[in-house]
Amino acid sequence: MTPHGRTAEDSLSRNDRLGRTAMFQVRFHGRGGQGVVTAAELLASAAFREDRYAQAFPSFGSERMGAPVMSFCRIDGKPIRTHEPVTDPDALLIQDPTLLHQTDLFAGLKPGGYVLLNSARSFGELGLADLADLAVEQDRNRFRTLSASNLAMAHLGRPLPGAPMLGGLAALTGVVGLEAVLAAIADRFAGKVAAGNAAAARAAFEFVASELARERADA
Amino acid sequence: MLKQIEGSRAVAEAVATCRPQVICAYPITPQTHIVEALGALVKKEELNAVFMNVESEFAAMSAVIGASAAGARAYTATASQGLLYMSEAVYNAAGLGLPVVMTVANRAIGAPINIWNDHSDAMSQRDAGWIQLYAETNQEAADLHIQAFRIAEELSNPVMVCMDGFLLTHASERVDLPGQEQVDGFLPPYEPRQVLDPQDPVSIGAMVGPEAFTEVRFLAAERMRQALELIPAVAADFAGQFGRPGGGLVRPYRTEDAELIVVALGSVLGTIQDAVDELRDDGIRAGALGITTFRPFPAQAVRETLDGGHRLRRLVVIERALAPGSGGIVTADVRGAISAPDGRPPHPADTIISTVVAGLGGRAVTRKSLRAMLTSAARGDLPPFSFLDLRQDLVESELARIRAARRSGPSAENILRHLSVTGIG
Repeated sequence: MTPHGRTAEDSLSRNDRLGRTAMFQVRFHGRGGQGVVTAAELLASAAFREDRYAQAFPSFGSERMGAPVMSFCRIDGKPIRTHEPVTDPDALLIQDPTLLHQTDLFAGLKPGGYVLLNSARSFGELGLADLADLAVEQDRNRFRTLSASNLAMAHLGRPLPGAPMLGGLAALTGVVGLEAVLAAIADRFAGKVAAGNAAAARAAFEFVASELARERADA
Repeated sequence: MLKQIEGSRAVAEAVATCRPQVICAYPITPQTHIVEALGALVKKEELNAVFMNVESEFAAMSAVIGASAAGARAYTATASQGLLYMSEAVYNAAGLGLPVVMTVANRAIGAPINIWNDHSDAMSQRDAGWIQLYAETNQEAADLHIQAFRIAEELSNPVMVCMDGFLLTHASERVDLPGQEQVDGFLPPYEPRQVLDPQDPVSIGAMVGPEAFTEVRFLAAERMRQALELIPAVAADFAGQFGRPGGGLVRPYRTEDAELIVVALGSVLGTIQDAVDELRDDGIRAGALGITTFRPFPAQAVRETLDGGHRLRRLVVIERALAPGSGGIVTADVRGAISAPDGRPPHPADTIISTVVAGLGGRAVTRKSLRAMLTSAARGDLPPFSFLDLRQDLVESELARIRAARRSGPSAENILRHLSVTGIG
């Protein structure tokens, strides 16, 4: 059983998509200073630890604090040759909900793709009823909000949502395991920062996994 | 050791294992992470080198020239305007025959100012007398640096390793970084051909008049001829010792039976290979030819690859830099290469060459656009000279503005204004 309560058989077909035999592409949206580039690099590092090929890169601008920034991560079971930008992501990680009104965040999202939005509120509460409807239409379990900044404040003491967003992504998609995310964090950071990020990622993973399990049980 | 690592960091670590004794550089985007990482290694005493801070790129190249002439293994890195600013000294390093190794994190040249990737910078120095190697991946970028020091020192000629700014320098990819012992086994300590030594004084860099300048230049050409033999030999030795290919003169991909071959340099080759596979699935016999060594230009290797597929009819040369008024820099060399040295006509005689300017100033070169362009090339619809993904509407509106009024204003700013208006409207 996976953390999602799915059977091994489901898991196999999921694996076909999740960057094991086919490429899985993630686009990160955030603001300069929120660790958007670091988050993409951590995801690549986590995939590498699971013996897959990964490529992470920023949106190559003149980065400024607070300006909208993007980063990208590709994961595949075979070497990645392309160096083009990610235009049709399998998953979107939106680290700052205030971007929803500025940028076309959902451009190119693949049908059946995943969205993880950093917010303590639901899509409906955020005034994103359309998005909530779309989520239900597609698969409500693929569109989630997660209060990553609050988790980061609680465990790290700083509102840097990258690590909990990755924990949430791991639970939501299974594209990488939590252990790989934690190992990538341990490799990147040291001391209290490493411990805080790891705790926030774990808490996010458990939150999303338990929400998914609860909703399945309800269904 | 296999790592998931940023390209700049991988290059810094690879350069560190080459034991440079003097590193001298001035930071410029997108090269900065490389010299930052090397500076940190020196500070942590993980690398025993002198790290010189200087006030400009001109000073950086001048200092590595001095260090190299004093017998030190010397390294620098730059990009774009920085490369232009050091240009006089770039020529001097080659003219003096000093085996400096420099990374160029390829970036456009202004104006208009642009920090993004293309090959304008390195291409501007292609005839400065340096060997120029272009990396396809971050693995190759790391490996090329290890080979570069050996090539430079064996020939006593500087080597420029070009890697695409941002696309490679800022991308985290899987890189196998060799250990110190492995690199030590491949790269012997620097034994200078010429050295400034107070115990045995010589002059380096004297004025040379008409009586001997031509002969000194002939020897520069001769070193490049020798490089054409040495570079594949070093690449083969590298492959033997490190267990993976990398470097060399050219890199053919599915060219054996190809009727359409794309020629390119740098990281765009990966995207091109994906496009070639898609074209093959469409029934088009496509292939790609990567040029790893651009200077000296490997004319014979290019010719042999293109001659190999006797059915070849179409050649598309991707230019990551524009030569205004002439068109394609790489195209000119490729065209020269497929004319045999004895002046015979190109083989096959009816090969059609198209130049496609692509990826200027950070414009993404996508598989989708490449595939569409190459499909039209296969149909015979591709013009001899074109720009990939050109916004024709923007160009035409600015041309109309220029025709309409004498004081039409600055074109770059006009186009930007036009873009934001259409963006809002």
